[in-house]
Amino acid sequence: MSFKLITIVVIVLGVLAVSQLVRLYELSSKLRGRREEDITNRDNKLNANLMLTFMILFYAGFIYLMTEYGWTGRGEAASIHGANTDWLLNLNFIIIIAVFFLTNTLLFGFAWKYVRKPGVKAYFYPHDNKLELIWTVVPAIVLAVIIILGLKTWNGITGESTKEAIRIELFSKQFDWTARYSGEDNVLGKYDYKLTTAENELALLTEATLDSAIRYMEFGKSDSTVLGIKLLENKLNNPKNMFIPEDREKMETDLDRKTRLLRLLYQMKSRHNAKLDASAYDDILQKDTLHLLIGKEYEISFRAKDVIHSAYFPHFRAQINTVPGQVTRMKLTPTISTKEMREKKDNPKFNYVLMCNKICGSAHYKMKMIVVVDTPEQYATWMKSKTTFKDDYLKPAAIVSDSTAVVPAADSTKLAVK
Amino acid sequence: MSAITHDTHGHHDAHDHHDHHEETFISKYIFSQDHKMIGKQFLITAVFMGLVAMLLSLLFRIQLAWPGESSDFLSLFLGETWAPGGILKENMYLGLVTIHGTIMVFFLLTGGLSGTFSNLLIPLQIGARDMASGFLNMVSYWLFAGSSVIMLVSLFIETGPAMAGWTIYPPLSALPQAIEGSGLGMTLWLLSMTLFIAGSLIGSLNYIVTVLNLRTTGMSMTRMPLTIWAFFVTAILGVLSFPVLLSAAVLLMMDRLAGTSFYLSDIIVGGEMLENHGGSPLLYQHLFWFLGHPEVYIVLLPALGLSSEIISTNSRKPIFGYRAMIGSILAIGFLSFIVWGHHMFVTGMNPFLGSVFVFTTLLIAIPSAVKVFNYLTTLWKGSIVFTPGMLFAVGLVSTFITGGVTGIILADSALDIAVHDTYFVVAHFHIVMGMSAVFGMFAGVYHWFPKMYGRMMNTRLGYAHFWVTLVGAYGVFFPMHFVGLAGAPRRYYDYSVYNEFDTNTYEMMLDLNVIITVFAIIAALGQMIFLFNFFYSIFRGPVAVQNPWKSNTLEWTTPVEHVHGNWPGALPVVHRWPYDYSKPGAEEDYILQTVPLAEGEEEH
Repeated sequence: MSFKLITIVVIVLGVLAVSQLVRLYELSSKLRGRREEDITNRDNKLNANLMLTFMILFYAGFIYLMTEYGWTGRGEAASIHGANTDWLLNLNFIIIIAVFFLTNTLLFGFAWKYVRKPGVKAYFYPHDNKLELIWTVVPAIVLAVIIILGLKTWNGITGESTKEAIRIELFSKQFDWTARYSGEDNVLGKYDYKLTTAENELALLTEATLDSAIRYMEFGKSDSTVLGIKLLENKLNNPKNMFIPEDREKMETDLDRKTRLLRLLYQMKSRHNAKLDASAYDDILQKDTLHLLIGKEYEISFRAKDVIHSAYFPHFRAQINTVPGQVTRMKLTPTISTKEMREKKDNPKFNYVLMCNKICGSAHYKMKMIVVVDTPEQYATWMKSKTTFKDDYLKPAAIVSDSTAVVPAADSTKLAVK
Repeated sequence: MSAITHDTHGHHDAHDHHDHHEETFISKYIFSQDHKMIGKQFLITAVFMGLVAMLLSLLFRIQLAWPGESSDFLSLFLGETWAPGGILKENMYLGLVTIHGTIMVFFLLTGGLSGTFSNLLIPLQIGARDMASGFLNMVSYWLFAGSSVIMLVSLFIETGPAMAGWTIYPPLSALPQAIEGSGLGMTLWLLSMTLFIAGSLIGSLNYIVTVLNLRTTGMSMTRMPLTIWAFFVTAILGVLSFPVLLSAAVLLMMDRLAGTSFYLSDIIVGGEMLENHGGSPLLYQHLFWFLGHPEVYIVLLPALGLSSEIISTNSRKPIFGYRAMIGSILAIGFLSFIVWGHHMFVTGMNPFLGSVFVFTTLLIAIPSAVKVFNYLTTLWKGSIVFTPGMLFAVGLVSTFITGGVTGIILADSALDIAVHDTYFVVAHFHIVMGMSAVFGMFAGVYHWFPKMYGRMMNTRLGYAHFWVTLVGAYGVFFPMHFVGLAGAPRRYYDYSVYNEFDTNTYEMMLDLNVIITVFAIIAALGQMIFLFNFFYSIFRGPVAVQNPWKSNTLEWTTPVEHVHGNWPGALPVVHRWPYDYSKPGAEEDYILQTVPLAEGEEEH
């Protein structure tokens, strides 16, 4: 409260003080017969000198920031195309910094030099076609170089990956990432968002996940936090139950929606080809940390469950949005292992990271996944510790004979299985 | 055409004499149909909105510099609901960022620049009695005012304002389950923007018609001041692009309220499986940026137009390359429609489409470079008078360069990948669009204040304001480049996540964020000088003379005291272009456009 009072008092006193000063200044100008629009040579000169002073301070600040903070934040690019873009970025920086210094110097220099001097008239110089042509053509040529180099690099980055590339998927949701490795066949299993259940967070498509999704739709969660179709119908049809109209309407909407979704699930089931199940079953799911193998090419596809996220690997200079209802992709070849990078950055705790870089909700700023680039031995050891989707999903505990066995919390299921 | 215009004017004259004394307070100050008053209404509304947006930015800058620390300032403005114990809530951080961006882009820079100066200057500089339709002009302002009120109201509702960023990308903006602000807050945002767009559209149509039809005798298109050219092209951009934003907003409304699936597909949010299938969030982005990019030039062109006029006047030299300046305005206007995809390089848009947008985007650098070099040559061998308006105009050229060159990095898709949505982008557009446009606006206010209020603003306070603003604003936005190059994503509540993988970078970001916030506070305090000067001068400033800056354009031939219809007698007749400054053989260093060519004098 005292803070508010003091603030208000200070503001009021400040305004009063300034207004009195301005009155004083105006009275004195009036006495001297000076008008606001008549800029004295002294004022003019002062501003001209300030222009030059500002320019020098501005440059000094820039150079200081550049030497102090330049590229330190991200360090060396740790992927093949990252190294390419860094090279191109540096080239572009040289060009634009040169332009920045040149034009700003001309601007502030002219502003300083050509300030009004008594007796000197401005030079009437309305146009000059040759000059105009020069500064149209020269930037055009420089830009042509920039465009050509840029597009060449861009095509390289966004082009197809080789057949040998390891296929993985990154699945994003508020507010975490899950990785899916394609397993031995190097084929990612199919999915459909309607198959999402607590045990099948990534909605992989197999005979079993289809059945359990259908059961889930029909029977809901065992603890009745989510009502299935049957229970909803029972409740709504029971004449003994009295609902307030809003609740009833809500339940009816819910029931309608679920009935329609269920119909789609049955359609999917009737078309399902069980031979494809194998490609999903050998997939490997991984939370928290993404392991990549040094020097290996990856073909990464991206999915979003709820809203748009962006998969941003600052150290690999790689980024792509993840979009609900759509698959996005990138290729990536890490070239520096985590261990090496720690030495380079002289920080034993350094890690690569995958961050969310598209506003996605309140905890957007916490949505990240640590990335580890392993040497082949490390990678093999880690891979050995992993179980496939089949192991996780078809373990007896997780097989659901009816809805009662569905465990609500996703994480607890996974832990239990492990 | 001139015959027609004369007729209209005759009518106006007669009208004038009847009306003049009957004006009530309401018809003069509130529901005014006079373009000068409407211009002032736009200006004051926009300045107020700008102040609010600036305050919002201070609130989140405090959080960024001192994350998680209790602040009396935050609790003073946000109270226990949004800043419990003086610590900003995560949701409200996003809300502040969103509303700050929306207000700054649309309400301050679009309403404040184009709204104020198109209204004030178009009739005055082309020699018209008023806008083509005074009534529509009034409607345009009141739609703007209404939308401002709704936008402000949305800050005070229980679930908070829109929180999906000023670009309000769906699905986040479509699903209240995903974030609180996408409930009522987003509905109000969309409602407000709908009114804003309607107002802007009516205004723009009016500007176009006025420029095309109501020019006085002798005022050919190639004798118009560059300000008018800029406003004219701006209005065309607005007419062509704002309706697309409206369609994007309407489709979003449908997705939110009517259960359609324009932007939604295969979504599970808050444990609820949505049925929507087949929509594309990318569709929204295409529609949004089809406005969004021309919008940048809707903001920038008026600022460039104003500064062309001010730099020429105060260098006492003709603007260099008048026709090239017109050409580059037209080129920028045209190109601005085919570059929107550079906002979407990493959205999953087809990479080939991306390369097309790289090409078109980088082309814009050419007319922009032409403009910069023309400004520089205008200053060269000038006889520069540093009025506060001139200082801001020079500042604008500097920020246009500094912010413009980083655009080359961002327009290059391969390079954009690494800095997309980082603070590098924030730095870029705040300098090139924010600072430039605000500087243009300040330059315009200082320069045309005598025309608006018949009084002078205090010059020395203007100087103080300029230098504090230039240093403060560069101090805020220049270091941001380095935060961005270090990889810091924008719209992060804090950077504590860096603690888990790179403590050194975390330290660096915190250092820079403190510097930035300190400069932001300085710059904000600097604006108090302006506010004081502005309001004080409206009431107490020394009375202006008719042509204080010794300028050539028609507005300086009108009397200081405003009259309905602008010129008490017949309309002025134009004999020359507006940039005859320091012409050899002339007595004075300026020649009004109404002065006939002397014998043997070439036009230019």
